[in-house]
Amino acid sequence: MFEPLYWIIRRDLTIAMRRRSDIFTTLIFFVIVVSLFPLGIGPEPDTLRLIAPGIVWVGALLASMLALELIFSADHRDGTLEQMLLTPQPVSLLVAGKVIAHWLVSGIPLVLMSPLLGVQYDLSWEALGTLVVSLLLGTPALSLIGAIGAALTLGLRSGGVLLALLVLPLYIPVLIFGAGAVEATVSGLGGQSHLSMLAAILVASLVLAPLATAAALRVAED
Amino acid sequence: MTSRLINWFKFSSPASFYPLARKISLVSTVIAVVLIAVGLYMSFFVAPTDYKQGEGYRIIFVHVPASWMSMFIYVVMAGWAALGLVFNTRLSAMMAQALAPTGAMFAFLSLWTGSFWGKPMWGTWWVWDARITSELILLFLYLGYMALRAAIDDPRRGDRASAILLLVGVVNVPIIYYSVKWWNTLHQGSTIRMNQESTMEETMLLTMLIMTLGFWAYSIAVAMARVRTVILERERSTTWVRELGGGEI
Repeated sequence: MFEPLYWIIRRDLTIAMRRRSDIFTTLIFFVIVVSLFPLGIGPEPDTLRLIAPGIVWVGALLASMLALELIFSADHRDGTLEQMLLTPQPVSLLVAGKVIAHWLVSGIPLVLMSPLLGVQYDLSWEALGTLVVSLLLGTPALSLIGAIGAALTLGLRSGGVLLALLVLPLYIPVLIFGAGAVEATVSGLGGQSHLSMLAAILVASLVLAPLATAAALRVAED
Repeated sequence: MTSRLINWFKFSSPASFYPLARKISLVSTVIAVVLIAVGLYMSFFVAPTDYKQGEGYRIIFVHVPASWMSMFIYVVMAGWAALGLVFNTRLSAMMAQALAPTGAMFAFLSLWTGSFWGKPMWGTWWVWDARITSELILLFLYLGYMALRAAIDDPRRGDRASAILLLVGVVNVPIIYYSVKWWNTLHQGSTIRMNQESTMEETMLLTMLIMTLGFWAYSIAVAMARVRTVILERERSTTWVRELGGGEI
Protein backbone atom coordinates (compact mmCIF):
# COMPACT_ATOMS: atom_id res chain seq x y z
CA MET A 1 0.00 0.00 0.00
CA PHE A 2 2.85 2.36 0.78
CA GLU A 3 4.72 1.69 -2.39
CA PRO A 4 2.77 4.25 -4.47
CA LEU A 5 3.28 6.74 -1.66
CA TYR A 6 7.03 6.20 -1.87
CA TRP A 7 7.10 6.49 -5.64
CA ILE A 8 5.04 9.63 -5.78
CA ILE A 9 7.19 11.33 -3.15
CA ARG A 10 10.30 10.29 -5.04
CA ARG A 11 8.91 11.53 -8.34
CA ASP A 12 7.85 14.90 -6.94
CA LEU A 13 11.17 15.38 -5.17
CA THR A 14 13.07 14.61 -8.37
CA ILE A 15 11.00 17.15 -10.28
CA ALA A 16 11.48 19.74 -7.53
CA MET A 17 15.23 19.18 -7.48
CA ARG A 18 15.37 19.96 -11.19
CA ARG A 19 13.48 23.20 -10.67
CA ARG A 20 15.26 24.48 -7.62
CA SER A 21 14.37 28.15 -8.08
CA ASP A 22 10.82 27.48 -6.83
CA ILE A 23 12.17 26.39 -3.46
CA PHE A 24 14.33 29.46 -3.11
CA THR A 25 11.57 31.86 -4.10
CA THR A 26 9.43 30.68 -1.19
CA LEU A 27 12.33 30.81 1.20
CA ILE A 28 13.44 34.28 0.14
CA PHE A 29 9.87 35.53 0.42
CA PHE A 30 9.79 34.26 4.00
CA VAL A 31 13.06 35.98 4.88
CA ILE A 32 12.03 39.28 3.28
CA VAL A 33 8.59 39.41 4.88
CA VAL A 34 9.99 38.71 8.33
CA SER A 35 12.76 41.27 7.84
CA LEU A 36 10.30 43.97 6.80
CA PHE A 37 8.57 44.14 10.18
CA PRO A 38 11.43 45.68 12.18
CA LEU A 39 11.67 48.35 9.49
CA GLY A 40 8.01 49.14 9.93
CA ILE A 41 7.86 48.87 13.71
CA GLY A 42 11.23 50.13 14.89
CA PRO A 43 14.41 48.49 16.12
CA GLU A 44 13.74 48.35 19.91
CA PRO A 45 14.80 44.83 20.99
CA ASP A 46 12.12 44.63 23.70
CA THR A 47 9.29 45.26 21.26
CA LEU A 48 10.81 42.93 18.69
CA ARG A 49 11.19 40.11 21.20
CA LEU A 50 7.54 40.51 22.06
CA ILE A 51 6.27 40.31 18.50
CA ALA A 52 8.82 37.83 17.12
CA PRO A 53 6.78 34.61 17.51
CA GLY A 54 3.78 36.08 15.74
CA ILE A 55 5.79 37.61 12.94
CA VAL A 56 7.91 34.58 12.17
CA TRP A 57 4.78 32.45 12.21
CA VAL A 58 2.74 34.77 10.00
CA GLY A 59 5.70 34.92 7.61
CA ALA A 60 5.91 31.13 7.48
CA LEU A 61 2.16 30.92 6.97
CA LEU A 62 2.17 33.34 4.05
CA ALA A 63 5.22 31.70 2.49
CA SER A 64 3.71 28.24 2.66
CA MET A 65 0.44 29.61 1.26
CA LEU A 66 2.27 31.10 -1.71
CA ALA A 67 3.90 27.77 -2.40
CA LEU A 68 0.56 25.91 -2.41
CA GLU A 69 -0.14 26.55 -6.06
CA LEU A 70 2.90 24.48 -6.95
CA ILE A 71 1.43 21.28 -5.52
CA PHE A 72 -0.95 20.45 -8.34
CA SER A 73 -0.71 23.14 -11.01
CA ALA A 74 2.10 21.65 -13.13
CA ASP A 75 0.59 18.17 -13.07
CA HIS A 76 -2.80 19.63 -13.87
CA ARG A 77 -1.48 21.52 -16.87
CA ASP A 78 0.29 18.61 -18.55
CA GLY A 79 -2.44 16.08 -17.75
CA THR A 80 -0.43 13.96 -15.31
CA LEU A 81 -2.96 14.59 -12.59
CA GLU A 82 -5.76 13.16 -14.67
CA GLN A 83 -3.73 10.00 -15.22
CA MET A 84 -3.06 9.78 -11.50
CA LEU A 85 -6.77 9.93 -10.75
CA LEU A 86 -7.29 7.03 -13.16
CA THR A 87 -4.80 4.73 -11.41
CA PRO A 88 -6.17 1.96 -9.19
CA GLN A 89 -4.40 3.38 -6.14
CA PRO A 90 -6.53 5.41 -3.71
CA VAL A 91 -6.40 9.09 -4.67
CA SER A 92 -6.07 10.25 -1.08
CA LEU A 93 -2.85 8.25 -0.80
CA LEU A 94 -1.44 9.91 -3.91
CA VAL A 95 -2.52 13.28 -2.53
CA ALA A 96 -0.80 12.53 0.77
CA GLY A 97 2.37 11.67 -1.13
CA LYS A 98 2.27 14.87 -3.14
CA VAL A 99 1.66 16.95 -0.03
CA ILE A 100 4.49 15.27 1.86
CA ALA A 101 6.86 15.89 -1.04
CA HIS A 102 5.67 19.48 -1.24
CA TRP A 103 6.27 19.96 2.46
CA LEU A 104 9.76 18.48 2.24
CA VAL A 105 10.55 20.97 -0.49
CA SER A 106 8.80 24.09 0.76
CA GLY A 107 8.20 23.52 4.48
CA ILE A 108 11.54 22.12 5.65
CA PRO A 109 13.54 25.11 4.32
CA LEU A 110 11.27 27.44 6.31
CA VAL A 111 11.84 25.39 9.44
CA LEU A 112 15.59 25.41 8.93
CA MET A 113 15.68 29.13 8.23
CA SER A 114 13.51 30.13 11.19
CA PRO A 115 16.19 30.05 13.96
CA LEU A 116 18.25 32.52 11.97
CA LEU A 117 15.29 34.88 11.74
CA GLY A 118 14.57 34.31 15.41
CA VAL A 119 18.08 35.46 16.21
CA GLN A 120 17.35 38.70 14.33
CA TYR A 121 14.58 39.23 16.84
CA ASP A 122 16.78 38.39 19.81
CA LEU A 123 14.91 35.28 20.90
CA SER A 124 16.45 33.09 23.61
CA TRP A 125 17.86 29.62 22.76
CA GLU A 126 14.92 27.99 24.43
CA ALA A 127 12.44 30.02 22.44
CA LEU A 128 14.33 29.25 19.23
CA GLY A 129 14.04 25.55 19.99
CA THR A 130 10.30 25.85 20.51
CA LEU A 131 10.02 27.89 17.33
CA VAL A 132 11.67 25.14 15.31
CA VAL A 133 9.57 22.40 16.89
CA SER A 134 6.35 24.36 16.46
CA LEU A 135 7.12 25.02 12.79
CA LEU A 136 8.08 21.39 12.34
CA LEU A 137 4.64 20.37 13.60
CA GLY A 138 2.74 23.27 12.10
CA THR A 139 3.99 23.61 8.52
CA PRO A 140 2.95 20.08 7.45
CA ALA A 141 -0.53 20.84 8.80
CA LEU A 142 -0.52 24.06 6.76
CA SER A 143 0.46 22.13 3.64
CA LEU A 144 -2.24 19.52 4.24
CA ILE A 145 -5.01 22.06 4.86
CA GLY A 146 -3.77 24.28 2.06
CA ALA A 147 -3.82 21.37 -0.40
CA ILE A 148 -7.63 21.37 -0.11
CA GLY A 149 -7.72 24.98 -1.20
CA ALA A 150 -5.16 24.36 -3.96
CA ALA A 151 -7.28 21.51 -5.31
CA LEU A 152 -10.48 23.56 -5.15
CA THR A 153 -8.99 26.51 -7.03
CA LEU A 154 -7.16 24.38 -9.59
CA GLY A 155 -7.26 26.01 -13.01
CA LEU A 156 -9.45 28.93 -11.98
CA ARG A 157 -8.93 32.43 -13.30
CA SER A 158 -8.15 34.27 -10.07
CA GLY A 159 -6.68 31.17 -8.42
CA GLY A 160 -3.98 32.80 -6.32
CA VAL A 161 -6.01 35.46 -4.53
CA LEU A 162 -8.96 33.13 -4.15
CA LEU A 163 -6.71 30.51 -2.61
CA ALA A 164 -5.66 33.01 0.07
CA LEU A 165 -9.26 33.86 0.81
CA LEU A 166 -10.21 30.20 1.20
CA VAL A 167 -7.20 28.96 3.08
CA LEU A 168 -6.17 31.72 5.47
CA PRO A 169 -9.25 31.49 7.74
CA LEU A 170 -8.61 27.75 8.06
CA TYR A 171 -4.98 28.43 9.03
CA ILE A 172 -5.95 30.43 12.12
CA PRO A 173 -5.86 27.57 14.67
CA VAL A 174 -2.38 26.53 13.51
CA LEU A 175 -1.18 30.12 13.77
CA ILE A 176 -2.65 30.53 17.25
CA PHE A 177 -1.06 27.42 18.67
CA GLY A 178 2.21 27.79 16.78
CA ALA A 179 2.88 31.37 17.78
CA GLY A 180 1.36 30.63 21.19
CA ALA A 181 3.90 27.89 21.87
CA VAL A 182 6.82 30.23 21.28
CA GLU A 183 5.20 33.01 23.22
CA ALA A 184 4.51 30.72 26.17
CA THR A 185 8.17 29.67 26.16
CA VAL A 186 9.30 33.29 26.07
CA SER A 187 7.08 34.15 29.02
CA GLY A 188 8.31 31.12 30.97
CA LEU A 189 5.05 29.17 30.93
CA GLY A 190 6.38 26.39 28.70
CA GLY A 191 4.95 25.63 25.29
CA GLN A 192 4.18 21.99 25.90
CA SER A 193 0.39 22.27 25.78
CA HIS A 194 0.44 24.35 22.61
CA LEU A 195 2.74 21.89 20.94
CA SER A 196 0.43 19.06 21.89
CA MET A 197 -2.48 20.91 20.29
CA LEU A 198 -0.40 21.51 17.16
CA ALA A 199 0.44 17.82 16.99
CA ALA A 200 -3.27 17.02 17.38
CA ILE A 201 -4.14 19.36 14.51
CA LEU A 202 -1.42 17.76 12.41
CA VAL A 203 -2.73 14.25 13.05
CA ALA A 204 -6.34 15.25 12.38
CA SER A 205 -5.44 17.02 9.15
CA LEU A 206 -3.23 14.12 8.06
CA VAL A 207 -6.28 11.87 8.28
CA LEU A 208 -8.98 14.19 6.96
CA ALA A 209 -7.33 16.64 4.56
CA PRO A 210 -6.21 14.10 1.91
CA LEU A 211 -9.79 12.82 1.67
CA ALA A 212 -11.17 16.30 1.09
CA THR A 213 -8.34 17.12 -1.31
CA ALA A 214 -8.98 13.93 -3.28
CA ALA A 215 -12.67 14.83 -3.55
CA ALA A 216 -11.79 18.33 -4.68
CA LEU A 217 -9.35 17.02 -7.29
CA ARG A 218 -12.01 14.72 -8.70
CA VAL A 219 -14.30 17.72 -9.06
CA ALA A 220 -11.58 19.77 -10.72
CA GLU A 221 -10.57 17.06 -13.19
CA ASP A 222 -14.11 16.00 -13.97
CA MET B 1 -46.56 0.95 2.37
CA THR B 2 -44.07 2.51 0.04
CA SER B 3 -46.82 4.29 -1.88
CA ARG B 4 -47.83 6.14 1.29
CA LEU B 5 -44.44 7.62 1.87
CA ILE B 6 -44.05 11.20 0.80
CA ASN B 7 -41.89 11.46 -2.24
CA TRP B 8 -39.27 13.87 -0.98
CA PHE B 9 -37.43 13.75 -4.24
CA LYS B 10 -40.37 15.28 -6.02
CA PHE B 11 -39.35 18.71 -4.80
CA SER B 12 -35.69 18.08 -5.45
CA SER B 13 -36.43 18.90 -9.04
CA PRO B 14 -36.04 22.63 -9.65
CA ALA B 15 -39.10 22.66 -11.94
CA SER B 16 -41.45 21.38 -9.24
CA PHE B 17 -39.79 23.33 -6.47
CA TYR B 18 -40.03 26.66 -8.29
CA PRO B 19 -43.77 27.24 -7.63
CA LEU B 20 -43.46 25.87 -4.09
CA ALA B 21 -40.63 28.29 -3.34
CA ARG B 22 -42.90 31.15 -4.34
CA LYS B 23 -45.56 30.08 -1.86
CA ILE B 24 -43.05 29.55 0.96
CA SER B 25 -41.47 32.88 0.20
CA LEU B 26 -44.78 34.74 0.31
CA VAL B 27 -45.94 33.12 3.55
CA SER B 28 -42.65 33.70 5.31
CA THR B 29 -42.48 37.29 4.12
CA VAL B 30 -45.79 37.95 5.85
CA ILE B 31 -44.65 36.16 8.99
CA ALA B 32 -41.33 38.01 8.97
CA VAL B 33 -42.94 41.44 8.59
CA VAL B 34 -45.41 40.79 11.41
CA LEU B 35 -42.89 39.26 13.80
CA ILE B 36 -40.18 41.83 13.19
CA ALA B 37 -42.68 44.69 13.53
CA VAL B 38 -43.97 43.28 16.82
CA GLY B 39 -40.43 42.47 17.95
CA LEU B 40 -39.12 45.94 17.17
CA TYR B 41 -42.08 47.58 18.89
CA MET B 42 -41.50 45.44 21.97
CA SER B 43 -37.77 46.04 21.98
CA PHE B 44 -38.22 49.81 21.84
CA PHE B 45 -41.34 50.41 23.93
CA VAL B 46 -42.24 47.34 25.99
CA ALA B 47 -38.96 45.89 27.16
CA PRO B 48 -37.84 47.66 30.35
CA THR B 49 -34.71 49.75 30.56
CA ASP B 50 -31.74 47.77 31.75
CA TYR B 51 -30.64 48.95 35.18
CA LYS B 52 -26.98 48.74 34.34
CA GLN B 53 -26.71 49.34 30.61
CA GLY B 54 -29.51 51.87 30.20
CA GLU B 55 -31.22 52.18 26.85
CA GLY B 56 -28.19 51.20 24.82
CA TYR B 57 -28.69 47.53 25.50
CA ARG B 58 -31.71 47.46 23.20
CA ILE B 59 -29.47 46.76 20.23
CA ILE B 60 -29.03 43.20 21.48
CA PHE B 61 -32.52 42.46 20.20
CA VAL B 62 -31.04 42.72 16.74
CA HIS B 63 -27.49 41.72 17.60
CA VAL B 64 -28.08 38.38 19.29
CA PRO B 65 -30.60 36.97 16.77
CA ALA B 66 -28.32 38.11 13.94
CA SER B 67 -25.36 36.25 15.46
CA TRP B 68 -27.44 33.14 15.96
CA MET B 69 -28.70 33.25 12.41
CA SER B 70 -25.23 33.79 10.97
CA MET B 71 -23.97 30.62 12.68
CA PHE B 72 -27.09 28.61 12.03
CA ILE B 73 -27.22 29.46 8.33
CA TYR B 74 -23.67 28.24 7.86
CA VAL B 75 -24.56 24.88 9.36
CA VAL B 76 -27.70 24.70 7.20
CA MET B 77 -25.62 25.47 4.11
CA ALA B 78 -23.22 22.68 5.04
CA GLY B 79 -26.22 20.38 5.45
CA TRP B 80 -27.42 21.26 1.96
CA ALA B 81 -23.89 20.77 0.66
CA ALA B 82 -23.72 17.29 2.17
CA LEU B 83 -27.14 16.41 0.71
CA GLY B 84 -26.06 17.68 -2.67
CA LEU B 85 -22.86 15.62 -2.64
CA VAL B 86 -24.63 12.47 -1.46
CA PHE B 87 -27.73 12.52 -3.67
CA ASN B 88 -26.26 14.60 -6.47
CA THR B 89 -29.28 16.89 -6.47
CA ARG B 90 -28.88 20.21 -8.20
CA LEU B 91 -31.36 21.98 -5.96
CA SER B 92 -29.35 21.37 -2.76
CA ALA B 93 -26.41 23.35 -4.08
CA MET B 94 -28.77 26.05 -5.27
CA MET B 95 -30.20 26.31 -1.76
CA ALA B 96 -26.72 26.66 -0.28
CA GLN B 97 -25.94 29.31 -2.87
CA ALA B 98 -29.16 31.16 -2.08
CA LEU B 99 -28.50 31.15 1.67
CA ALA B 100 -24.91 32.42 1.53
CA PRO B 101 -25.54 36.17 1.06
CA THR B 102 -28.10 36.16 3.86
CA GLY B 103 -25.68 34.41 6.19
CA ALA B 104 -22.89 36.82 5.32
CA MET B 105 -25.26 39.74 5.83
CA PHE B 106 -26.19 38.48 9.30
CA ALA B 107 -22.54 37.95 10.22
CA PHE B 108 -21.80 41.50 9.15
CA LEU B 109 -24.89 42.84 10.93
CA SER B 110 -23.83 41.05 14.08
CA LEU B 111 -20.37 42.61 13.95
CA TRP B 112 -21.78 46.03 13.11
CA THR B 113 -24.38 46.09 15.87
CA GLY B 114 -21.87 44.58 18.28
CA SER B 115 -19.56 47.44 17.50
CA PHE B 116 -22.35 49.96 18.13
CA TRP B 117 -23.07 48.26 21.41
CA GLY B 118 -19.41 48.10 22.39
CA LYS B 119 -18.72 51.80 21.96
CA PRO B 120 -21.02 53.06 24.76
CA MET B 121 -20.65 49.93 26.95
CA TRP B 122 -16.95 49.16 26.67
CA GLY B 123 -15.75 52.49 25.27
CA THR B 124 -14.31 50.90 22.16
CA TRP B 125 -15.56 49.91 18.74
CA TRP B 126 -13.61 46.72 18.56
CA VAL B 127 -12.25 44.22 21.06
CA TRP B 128 -10.37 41.04 20.14
CA ASP B 129 -12.86 39.07 22.14
CA ALA B 130 -13.16 35.37 21.31
CA ARG B 131 -16.72 35.65 20.10
CA ILE B 132 -16.15 38.76 18.00
CA THR B 133 -13.05 37.26 16.44
CA SER B 134 -14.79 34.01 15.57
CA GLU B 135 -17.71 35.93 14.11
CA LEU B 136 -15.26 37.82 11.93
CA ILE B 137 -13.69 34.56 10.78
CA LEU B 138 -17.16 33.23 10.04
CA LEU B 139 -17.73 36.26 7.82
CA PHE B 140 -14.46 35.41 6.02
CA LEU B 141 -15.67 31.85 5.51
CA TYR B 142 -18.88 33.14 3.94
CA LEU B 143 -16.93 35.48 1.68
CA GLY B 144 -14.58 32.66 0.69
CA TYR B 145 -17.53 30.45 -0.21
CA MET B 146 -19.14 33.15 -2.33
CA ALA B 147 -15.83 34.00 -4.01
CA LEU B 148 -15.22 30.36 -4.93
CA ARG B 149 -18.77 30.07 -6.26
CA ALA B 150 -18.35 33.15 -8.36
CA ALA B 151 -14.96 32.09 -9.72
CA ILE B 152 -16.14 28.80 -11.21
CA ASP B 153 -18.00 29.15 -14.47
CA ASP B 154 -19.22 25.58 -14.82
CA PRO B 155 -22.22 25.44 -12.43
CA ARG B 156 -21.92 21.73 -11.63
CA ARG B 157 -18.24 22.01 -10.81
CA GLY B 158 -19.04 25.10 -8.74
CA ASP B 159 -21.72 23.20 -6.84
CA ARG B 160 -19.43 20.40 -5.86
CA ALA B 161 -16.31 22.44 -5.19
CA SER B 162 -18.17 24.86 -2.95
CA ALA B 163 -19.92 21.96 -1.21
CA ILE B 164 -16.54 20.50 -0.30
CA LEU B 165 -15.43 23.90 0.95
CA LEU B 166 -18.53 24.19 3.13
CA LEU B 167 -17.97 20.77 4.66
CA VAL B 168 -14.31 21.57 5.34
CA GLY B 169 -15.44 24.86 6.87
CA VAL B 170 -18.03 23.33 9.11
CA VAL B 171 -15.50 20.85 10.50
CA ASN B 172 -13.17 23.75 11.17
CA VAL B 173 -15.62 26.14 12.77
CA PRO B 174 -15.53 24.52 16.25
CA ILE B 175 -11.75 24.16 16.08
CA ILE B 176 -11.43 27.82 15.15
CA TYR B 177 -13.85 28.86 17.87
CA TYR B 178 -12.06 27.00 20.64
CA SER B 179 -8.59 27.98 19.51
CA VAL B 180 -9.64 31.63 19.37
CA LYS B 181 -11.24 31.32 22.77
CA TRP B 182 -8.12 29.83 24.25
CA TRP B 183 -5.90 32.38 22.53
CA ASN B 184 -8.07 35.12 23.93
CA THR B 185 -7.98 33.93 27.54
CA LEU B 186 -4.22 33.50 27.35
CA HIS B 187 -3.59 36.92 25.92
CA GLN B 188 -5.87 39.25 27.79
CA GLY B 189 -5.57 39.20 31.54
CA SER B 190 -9.06 40.43 32.27
CA THR B 191 -11.35 40.13 29.34
CA ILE B 192 -14.40 42.29 29.26
CA ARG B 193 -17.17 39.86 29.66
CA MET B 194 -20.10 39.90 27.36
CA ASN B 195 -23.47 40.32 29.06
CA GLN B 196 -23.09 37.98 31.97
CA GLU B 197 -26.68 38.43 33.01
CA SER B 198 -27.81 36.20 35.85
CA THR B 199 -31.43 36.12 34.84
CA MET B 200 -32.93 37.89 31.93
CA GLU B 201 -36.15 39.73 32.37
CA GLU B 202 -39.05 37.82 30.86
CA THR B 203 -40.23 40.44 28.39
CA MET B 204 -36.66 40.84 27.19
CA LEU B 205 -36.40 37.12 26.57
CA LEU B 206 -39.76 37.07 24.82
CA THR B 207 -38.76 40.01 22.63
CA MET B 208 -35.56 38.30 21.66
CA LEU B 209 -37.45 35.13 20.86
CA ILE B 210 -39.89 37.01 18.63
CA MET B 211 -37.04 38.79 16.87
CA THR B 212 -35.24 35.49 16.35
CA LEU B 213 -38.32 33.88 14.83
CA GLY B 214 -38.78 36.99 12.69
CA PHE B 215 -35.20 36.70 11.44
CA TRP B 216 -35.82 33.04 10.70
CA ALA B 217 -38.85 33.88 8.63
CA TYR B 218 -36.91 36.65 6.90
CA SER B 219 -34.05 34.29 6.06
CA ILE B 220 -36.44 31.71 4.64
CA ALA B 221 -38.31 34.34 2.62
CA VAL B 222 -35.15 35.85 1.17
CA ALA B 223 -33.50 32.50 0.50
CA MET B 224 -36.60 31.24 -1.30
CA ALA B 225 -36.84 34.38 -3.40
CA ARG B 226 -33.17 34.08 -4.23
CA VAL B 227 -33.31 30.39 -5.03
CA ARG B 228 -36.05 31.17 -7.54
CA THR B 229 -33.78 33.51 -9.42
CA VAL B 230 -30.94 31.00 -9.18
CA ILE B 231 -33.19 28.31 -10.62
CA LEU B 232 -34.31 30.56 -13.47
CA GLU B 233 -30.75 31.56 -14.25
CA ARG B 234 -29.35 28.05 -14.23
CA GLU B 235 -32.28 26.31 -15.92
CA ARG B 236 -32.77 28.96 -18.56
CA SER B 237 -32.18 26.54 -21.40
CA THR B 238 -34.82 24.05 -20.26
CA THR B 239 -38.26 23.91 -21.82
CA TRP B 240 -40.20 24.63 -18.64
CA VAL B 241 -38.40 27.91 -18.06
CA ARG B 242 -38.93 28.88 -21.70
CA GLU B 243 -42.62 28.14 -21.37
CA LEU B 244 -42.67 30.23 -18.19
CA GLY B 245 -41.31 33.18 -20.09
CA GLY B 246 -43.84 32.75 -22.89
CA GLY B 247 -41.29 31.11 -25.13
CA GLU B 248 -39.68 34.40 -26.08
CA ILE B 249 -36.16 33.70 -24.92
